[in-house]
Amino acid sequence: MEQQTILIILGMSIVTYIPRALPIIVLSKFKLPDWFLRWLKYIPIAILSALLFPQIMMFEDHVNISLDNKNLLAAIPSLLAAYKTKSLFITVLVGIISMLLLNLL
Amino acid sequence: MIIEWRKGIKAALPIMVGYVPIGLAFGILASQQGITVGNIFLMSLFVYAGSAQFIATAMMFSGIQAISIISTTLLVNLRHLLMSASLAPHMKGFSSFIQSLISFGITDETFAVSGNYVQNNKASAGFFGGLHIASHASWILSTVIGGIFGSKLTETAKWGLDFALSAMFIGLMIPQLKDKRGLLVCICAGLLSLVLKTYLGGNYNVIIAAIIAATIGVMTEKWNNKQSLSYLE
Repeated sequence: MEQQTILIILGMSIVTYIPRALPIIVLSKFKLPDWFLRWLKYIPIAILSALLFPQIMMFEDHVNISLDNKNLLAAIPSLLAAYKTKSLFITVLVGIISMLLLNLL
Repeated sequence: MIIEWRKGIKAALPIMVGYVPIGLAFGILASQQGITVGNIFLMSLFVYAGSAQFIATAMMFSGIQAISIISTTLLVNLRHLLMSASLAPHMKGFSSFIQSLISFGITDETFAVSGNYVQNNKASAGFFGGLHIASHASWILSTVIGGIFGSKLTETAKWGLDFALSAMFIGLMIPQLKDKRGLLVCICAGLLSLVLKTYLGGNYNVIIAAIIAATIGVMTEKWNNKQSLSYLE
């Protein structure tokens, strides 16, 4: 059992590392076409919002756009804080405090 | 150089906070499913991928074969291909050895920070070092503490820390919405991801939504250029 677990961890490490490392090591050696570079520039914002939307618009594995969804409620003051202050630190702090208050209610 | 490391560690702070509740939850669950603290440590050190670790321990607990667990891990983590590709043009100046070390620390959260950072700043190995090592340390420590103290810690989820990563994504996203096209890509990616997650389940929503939204971004660029050219004529 112990040996089996170590083997699984080793296999998981390898298959997780390859997609992380391969594009950086290979693609950085070539001059990439202009359209591809422009395409890549949109990836950070696209991934950010692809991660964020389900986190705040879903609650307990279902799309939930109502006052029952604590994640959505906590997102509203966080969005305002981000827009007004442009400070990541304040946004995160507002988010944590909002969720803390919602949990106390 | 030290300044760059310090910048990286500072940028990692919200990630370090956000990893605490998820890390504790993983440690608690994994220890309940019979994974030793030593193995929790090894997994967090070498695999270092939240959702894959949760899925894998559940599969191990159900006695599923190693090969299925490993191939599921590969599929869950394929989205890192896209993040790595997006960082590649900014890492031309680094040796392959440094690149191979830096790429070890790419996660959804560190990429959210670094992918944004390299658009406006020159990438340095020190920045990535600080960001990645500090984030990774928080992940390892939280999962191990969760594994040691187990269910005595479940209350921590109620401190609001579970929202730290979502708030960080919001804080990183809003300042980037400077033009209409950024907003378009953002909304397309977000809605597509939500729809895919609802109807497809699993973890492919991020990679598919990001590919389609970035393609829409590039295609509308062309459309706009043509339009502005026709105005000139």
